[in-house]
Amino acid sequence: MTVIEARGLRKAFGKTIALDGVNLRVDEGRILGLIGPNGAGKSTALNAILGLTEYQGELRVLGRDPWDERDQLMRDVCFIADVAVLPRWMRVSQALDYVGGVHPRFDRVKAEGFLAKTDIKRASKIRELSKGMVTQLHLALVMAIDARLLVLDEPTLGLDILYRKQFYDSLLNDYFDRSRTIVVTTHQVEDVQHVITDLMFINHGRIVLDCSMEEFESRYLEVAVHPERVTEARALKPIHERQVLGRSILLFDHVDRGQLAALGDVRTPCIADLFVALMGNKPGDHAGAAQGVAR
Amino acid sequence: MNSQSTAMRESSSDWQVNESRGIASAVPIRRFYWSVRRELWENHSIYITPLAVAALAVLGYLILTLGVPVPMPDPRLLDEPYSMAAAFVVGIFYSLDTLHDERRDRSILFWKSLPVSDLTTVLSKASIPLLVLPLFSFAIAAATEVIEMGLTSVVRPAGDLSVATPSTSVFRISLGLLLYHTVTVNVLWHAPIYSWLLLVSGWARRATFLWAALPWIAICAVEKIAFNTSYCAAMLRDRFVGGPEAVQGTGRFVDALSRFTPGRFLSSPSLWIGLVVAAVFLTASVRLRRYQGAI
Repeated sequence: MTVIEARGLRKAFGKTIALDGVNLRVDEGRILGLIGPNGAGKSTALNAILGLTEYQGELRVLGRDPWDERDQLMRDVCFIADVAVLPRWMRVSQALDYVGGVHPRFDRVKAEGFLAKTDIKRASKIRELSKGMVTQLHLALVMAIDARLLVLDEPTLGLDILYRKQFYDSLLNDYFDRSRTIVVTTHQVEDVQHVITDLMFINHGRIVLDCSMEEFESRYLEVAVHPERVTEARALKPIHERQVLGRSILLFDHVDRGQLAALGDVRTPCIADLFVALMGNKPGDHAGAAQGVAR
Repeated sequence: MNSQSTAMRESSSDWQVNESRGIASAVPIRRFYWSVRRELWENHSIYITPLAVAALAVLGYLILTLGVPVPMPDPRLLDEPYSMAAAFVVGIFYSLDTLHDERRDRSILFWKSLPVSDLTTVLSKASIPLLVLPLFSFAIAAATEVIEMGLTSVVRPAGDLSVATPSTSVFRISLGLLLYHTVTVNVLWHAPIYSWLLLVSGWARRATFLWAALPWIAICAVEKIAFNTSYCAAMLRDRFVGGPEAVQGTGRFVDALSRFTPGRFLSSPSLWIGLVVAAVFLTASVRLRRYQGAI
């Protein structure tokens, strides 16, 4: 079943084009990683999907028009926006009461169960919690909602590596199953490489790459080439080359694995390296791409 | 396996049908109820300020009763609803801040991630100055009156005829007038003021107070300079201190009795024009909130 379907999605802010005819299709049971530099249009795309912004073109989320039916859509869709947006004056217990009061699919027992694994106290105000705890709380609230689509916009921004790891672990172990769908954008791409099932690069409002992770792994290969075989390797037209500790690392698209194995050590590239390869080379894009994969 | 999954599908569709029936009936009221509670959690001043003012009034009255010898006016007739004036001020500041604050602290992104419509949100916010505060301050004023009556009968020696003994029937008339005052002035007559403030609160990016006041000051100034008239100023004054037909908020109730003219009040065009304007402002606020994100 298709959860998100967009055709010719466009959005402009004055003269700035944030989305330039995006086509996108996300099926049920997938975890899509939407990767792009700052200002590439990721957040705009997510906002359109969540009914937070108007757009041109065709967009259906769970069969609904998000802009016109946001409140109905939010019964089946949850999202965690880019920074901690939980109201700082609220108490943890009030957050549980309120979400339980307005959301027909919120399971309070489940949320309490998730919170029991953390150090978060019911009586604490959100402003008294650390950033990591606020994220844990938000995740507990969201995971206790029986939603079909979860949208995460930079959910782990500013968290240390332990919280980040824990975040994706609980998401995979306690929440995700084949009837749910997750869309996640992040700059911490190494965190999600083994989490996502589909990968999408977006830049200047356009989709630059759209493939499943199986496809990614079979299509892109990175070779640490033996020094004496560099010329031979370059003849195979790598899409990117970089130097690490004196060795040339070449990234290939659609080149036979056996052929490459003869040239050096072959491995699956990091998403970040492919990102740089696809977007970092074009003049004028350097700054954006470098920011995009900075951690 | 097959039959099991069919059964699961059936039960889940049953569940959906049941749930959608539930949503159609009870949930809108439930969402409204929790939205109002949420406002009370966030804004303690809604109940603390009128209570504090009433407590001060009782204290002041006590000191007056104990310290000042006869003659003294009938204390019950002196009863100005201080708590109502306090509620008016609280309502003004609340309306001016509420839709602005949720955008400034970015919590609007959290509220919008829940299945609560913009209509429910704006109506729940409007209900604070238009329903909750008037009812609450009425209850406080009534309670204050009872307390002051009790104090009078304790402090005043029996048989002291320089003071009219408050009787139950007078008390009932006074309560009735107070309720009339609450509904006519605090709810119906002031509705356009609060609605205007809510609209500005949802629209202005900063300095909500200036945006709320400046247009009116400008209109009054232009009118004065261009035509040397002051209809605008007169209209605003009427709106704030109670219209010609409305019961004066600061009058003694014995005088107020002569102003108890619901027929004249209800047939006054300015009442109905004001209510239409309030409805327009509120509709605009609902529409506006759809487009608003964090600032």
